Amino acid sequence: MSIAQAILEALESLSGNKLRSGLTVLGIVIGVAAVIAMLAVGQGAQASITGSISGIGTNLLFVFRGGSNDEVRNTKPLTIGDADALKDRFAAPSIEGVAPALEESAVVSFGGEQTSPQIFGVTPAYFQVRNLALAEGEFFTEEHLLGRASVVLLGPEVAETLFGHADGVTGETVRIEGQPFRVIGVLESRGGGAFGSEDNQMIVPFSTAQARLIRRSANDRVDIIFVQAVSGDLVLQATEEISQILRTRHRTPVGADDFTIFTQQDLLTTFESITGILTIFLGGIAGISLLVGGIGIMNIMLVSVTERTREIGLRKALGARKRDILAQFLIESSLLSLIGGIIGIIFGWLISYVVGQIAVASGTPFSPVVGFNAIALATIFSAAVGLFFGIYPANRAASLEPVEALRYE
Amino acid sequence: MAGLAAGLVDRSMSNVIEAHDLTKVYKMGEVEVQALRGVSFNIQRGEVIAIMGPSGSGKTTLMNTLGCLDRPTSGQYILDDEPVASLNDDQLADIRNRKVGFVFQSFNLLSRQSAITNVELPLRYSGKLEGRRERAIEALKAVGLEDRMTHRPYELSGGQQQRVAIARAIVNNPAIVMADEPTGNLDSKVGKEIMDLLLTLNRESGTTLIIITHDPTIAEQTQRVIRMRDGLLESSK
Repeated sequence: MSIAQAILEALESLSGNKLRSGLTVLGIVIGVAAVIAMLAVGQGAQASITGSISGIGTNLLFVFRGGSNDEVRNTKPLTIGDADALKDRFAAPSIEGVAPALEESAVVSFGGEQTSPQIFGVTPAYFQVRNLALAEGEFFTEEHLLGRASVVLLGPEVAETLFGHADGVTGETVRIEGQPFRVIGVLESRGGGAFGSEDNQMIVPFSTAQARLIRRSANDRVDIIFVQAVSGDLVLQATEEISQILRTRHRTPVGADDFTIFTQQDLLTTFESITGILTIFLGGIAGISLLVGGIGIMNIMLVSVTERTREIGLRKALGARKRDILAQFLIESSLLSLIGGIIGIIFGWLISYVVGQIAVASGTPFSPVVGFNAIALATIFSAAVGLFFGIYPANRAASLEPVEALRYE
Repeated sequence: MAGLAAGLVDRSMSNVIEAHDLTKVYKMGEVEVQALRGVSFNIQRGEVIAIMGPSGSGKTTLMNTLGCLDRPTSGQYILDDEPVASLNDDQLADIRNRKVGFVFQSFNLLSRQSAITNVELPLRYSGKLEGRRERAIEALKAVGLEDRMTHRPYELSGGQQQRVAIARAIVNNPAIVMADEPTGNLDSKVGKEIMDLLLTLNRESGTTLIIITHDPTIAEQTQRVIRMRDGLLESSK
């Protein structure tokens, strides 16, 4: 029997009981749609996180105090001197920019409103290294730094909280830890990213922070050094150079570094593995519903085999071999799940689209991605479900004895 | 030598069925039921035979065995020169497909398929895809239903449905046609038409016809009656 003929016949047989076939297909539709939507949401989250990590700068490296293992004791803090040493063009040719920073959370108030975002004390190099852009106003300069000027750049969220709006606030004076600071600019919104509070920060000149806001035991201490590599290919090279310079300066033995270098790539990898796990987890849960749909197919196919016992007996009497009957029922169950799979893909895509629209409407730039892999996976998986759960009923049909089957009432 | 060879050829030419000492034992739980207790007979090519007997006499078992739906527990059975007693399921399916046509009491048509698709069914399983539509049309013409080819079974009368079933039985040019109470579900007038059709087809194509029946008036129209009782041949007229 030709395949086309067999498929046609299976379709006829399935359409003979439309409601039942429809309900069975529905189980698969829900399963596949859930898988597609979940994978899309997972991939969307991944894309959004990746995007926001890329947004925090280009070819960025972070240098922290403290070793990567507990063995290292008496760690030396990072200092301005360390940061200056990294600027050495000859010792560190792969480094484009260096921005030491102090970081703490501080209370800021205006009128009756107050909030306590992160505050960074930075040098002007920071803006370039971190890829920052302003919605209004301007960045502070070396002059502000030298003069320990009481100026601040607000994140849009901070401005929103204090003023009720994020524009036209340049020139206002806010109080940070009780001291007056003039707002000279507002950062461009980056949205809620991987770090949640990219918009919820304030930036003041390094010297101002050092002198008036963020007190450290030693005067030249810094909390973190942001380093920008010349290019993406040179990030590893830059890591090597930073290590060399800091090891020499801190006089640490090899293998007992008292600092940690974290690259943007490390961050990406970490978050990608987190979102990857999340995606698998979501997909797995959705997969369970696909499994349930598959059991639905098996159930219906078993009913169908029982109902059509006489038909099977007749076909066998007319010369159908075991594999003819097997193929007939397997084609039916595979068709059920394949149809369900196709409708499910469409539905899943619709759900992802709606989720994306809701996200946009609620101000979160997050778009679920219906990937080709997800579609391929769902199609293959649903067809496999149909085949797998069709095997038992089909085998049962195929091994019916023609005599018994013909006599079945 | 020549005479012996000629004799062998002649024997195989004349006998379409050779059954020798067929027995069939069913196990119904603990109890063993002997449905056939050693049945031997030959049927010649082109013969019309009735198999009669009361319920439980083993005639259904005999029909199943002759129709290759079931294997005998022991004994020899040669159908159209092929020993079939020891074939496996798929080989039996192939024999049924090529050599046996079935006509059932309750027609057993596929209700969702048109008459012509029903008639084509055996050809599909035989793998002869070329020209199967033409052969199905030919078979439907032979039973006088050329104007009902695209009708579904529920659009046909009982007699017409049985004609479709007969067309299905003869479409693959089988060696034997087995009819199990072919008129049992029909009124006597239509039943007579069906019997006439079966006998006409037998005359025209020479296909051996075996009818299982309770009805003595049908048995009268056959050339030979095999009577069964308690798993044995009672008489072979």
